Amino acid sequence: MKTTDTHTLSILVANKPGVLVRVALTFARRGYNIDSLVVSATHNPKFSRMTVTAKGDPATLEQIIKQLNKLVDVIHASEHDTFSAVDMEMSLLKVKVTATSKTIIAKYMKEYHAKLVDETDNILIIAQIGSTEELNSFENILSKYGLVELVRSGKLLMMKGKETT
Amino acid sequence: MKRKTAKTTKTQKTMTGAQALIKCLENHGVEYIFGLPGGSVIPIFDAIYESKIKTILVRHEQGATHMADGYARATGKVGVALVTSGPGATNTVTGIMTAMMDSVPLVVLTGQTISPMLGKDAFQEADIAGISMPVVKHSYLVKDINSIPRIIKEAFYIASTGRPGPVLIDLPKDMTAGAFTGSLDQPMDLPGYSIPGKGNKTDILQLAKMLKQSRKPMLLVGHGAVISGADKVVRELAEKMHCPVTMTLLGKGAFPETHPLSLGMLGMHGTAFANKALTACDLICSIGSRWDDRINGNNDEFCIGAKKIHIDIDPAEINKIVRPDLSIIGDAKLVLEELLKHVEKLDTAEWLRELEFYKTEFPLNYSNAEGLTAQCVIDTLYKVTKGKAVVTTDVGQHQMWAAQFYKTEHGRDWLSSGGAGTMGFGFPAAIGAQFGRPGELVVAIVGDGGFQMTLCELATAAINKQPVKVVVIDNKYLGMVRQWQELFFDNRLSGVDLVGNPDFVKLAEAYGIKGFHIDKVEDCSRVLEEAMKHPGPALIHAEVIKEGNVFPMIPAGKSAYHMIIEAPKVKMEKPTGST
Ligand SMILES: Cc1ncc(C[n+]2csc(CCOP(=O)(O)OP(=O)(O)O)c2C)c(N)n1
Ligand SMILES: [Mg+2]
Repeated sequence: MKTTDTHTLSILVANKPGVLVRVALTFARRGYNIDSLVVSATHNPKFSRMTVTAKGDPATLEQIIKQLNKLVDVIHASEHDTFSAVDMEMSLLKVKVTATSKTIIAKYMKEYHAKLVDETDNILIIAQIGSTEELNSFENILSKYGLVELVRSGKLLMMKGKETT
Repeated sequence: MKRKTAKTTKTQKTMTGAQALIKCLENHGVEYIFGLPGGSVIPIFDAIYESKIKTILVRHEQGATHMADGYARATGKVGVALVTSGPGATNTVTGIMTAMMDSVPLVVLTGQTISPMLGKDAFQEADIAGISMPVVKHSYLVKDINSIPRIIKEAFYIASTGRPGPVLIDLPKDMTAGAFTGSLDQPMDLPGYSIPGKGNKTDILQLAKMLKQSRKPMLLVGHGAVISGADKVVRELAEKMHCPVTMTLLGKGAFPETHPLSLGMLGMHGTAFANKALTACDLICSIGSRWDDRINGNNDEFCIGAKKIHIDIDPAEINKIVRPDLSIIGDAKLVLEELLKHVEKLDTAEWLRELEFYKTEFPLNYSNAEGLTAQCVIDTLYKVTKGKAVVTTDVGQHQMWAAQFYKTEHGRDWLSSGGAGTMGFGFPAAIGAQFGRPGELVVAIVGDGGFQMTLCELATAAINKQPVKVVVIDNKYLGMVRQWQELFFDNRLSGVDLVGNPDFVKLAEAYGIKGFHIDKVEDCSRVLEEAMKHPGPALIHAEVIKEGNVFPMIPAGKSAYHMIIEAPKVKMEKPTGST
């Protein structure tokens, strides 16, 4: 169904207090739920980049993007598709292992280019960077092998080639 | 003695943040600040003490924002309000929202607790920047005294350019009491703010072509046309093309309503002929209107089959309600000036004859058979003032009757709360308008309900000798709600009886304001004549029939095809649209 399409927006904003609230209000007021949100300074500390994924109908999204662009602290806001942009996510996964499950997990980690970042008392923390789909499927696998906690970064996005984000 | 002189010289050398703020306001040409003080803004009021800016002390902060709003609407300049923190600040929210909905340029200065106490529930601390965020064009919380000049410059620029709107500046007390050491002239830093200009030339040429092909065109002018000062070019365009013009409630003044090409106001309580035209036109060109639900209750049935063109300065208005066949983003006046060069007389003779038929068949009218009506009072007022007054209204039936019967000729002569529908707006807005337009006749047409929401400003009008005239249309009801209950809720009147209204004449007199009274048709003209001539402020208490209804009416949620021209004989279903 159209209304449940996930959209990814990139918003360049002035790095000022309150900007996040203004952006969030623009979504909330129109009943749009934000699924993920990443904010951090750009290479120019005057500006921050927000990458937002949200679900909803395209007409409302068009209005949200226009309203975002109207915000004085927003430099520009636009929706991106996966053809013209690269997008990535990171996740940290905590797994409780046994000797047997550990070898199986090690195999999958290799397949998914995941990295072991901590091991304490038979509890591993695994880091994975990849597309949303890759992260989802790795999570699915680990859920069968003792996954106890998951932290995901939310999507990051950058335009390919000469185009700036 | 010695110490005292030393201190005096010191204060002359260094400036406080408040003094810098006032200096900046002076540099922006501010004449009046509407406000009411409190602990957190005493430094600012102290700085005003030695300024040429006049503070207008209000009796409630809502009044300050509506006065600043009326001043702004009547002059096109930025209106300024100044209030204290906490409750002073929250009292401005209705006024800010009212200005936001109608694109009115305001700068609202609020006091705040000292910066180190922010977020600690200090006395009279309210997160007003947070509370007001959804209803401002932009806002600031000042964190650096030396940034005050930049912030003021940006605030005035943002408030008054593009699609205007209110800007709030929250000023922690240490920011105004502390020492200012920066420059008073600072550049703006607004990388995310741009203003659309003349519109795309190709699109304008395309519009000219579409107009040329149209046999039944109409122009729809809104507040945007008034704000951009497009009234002159709208008229030239309509006359050159022989094209009829209708206006929204806030578009009154963008085209002379007495002009033969005028269809008057359209929409929920618009003229029957304007609404008939909506259902019959083959092209509608909106100039600075946002197709809101008072004129377009049902988008699926809006101007079926007609080409729709949308000219607006705000890109977010395009496709918001109507998906136009052609849109032009730009300033109404600049776009129309270009368009004017490319249009010619259109083949509209037959269309105009059709509209003329509607006009004679379904004129606006009223009868005094059951006693004095609001329509009669307003119609007489129109005649007595020869249509020359600056009119403000409150919200309700009287507002609609005023829109119908007080015809507006010029932009900025009609001030009404449209988008917000804020009861309590009319009277303080008139005071603000009077400050902005001294020497002109300013009349507030208000209801007995709404007037009582801000009537404390009678003191403000009296003390400042502002000769505003307040016509209180007293139907002893929250009339508009009563009308809905009568028509759609089996006349089960609930919460609408204004029993206990004061004696409005005595009330005026208690404030030292001259009171007049009308309750008969035959007195109307004479009393209004006398009241309008009164040199000071005056209140005219007009007791009208209690159960008059506003017609024509398009029920909320319906299109113009469902217009009711007079009182229906059959029971009506409950409206589905918003309010
Ligand atoms: C602040 C506010 N509260 C409530 C309303 C809802 N409302 C709209 S019109 C109306 C009746 C206004 O009564 P009155 O001022 O007497 O004017 P009338 O309709 O009788 O002319 C009401 C209650 C509103 N618009 N604004
Ligand atoms: Mg009333």
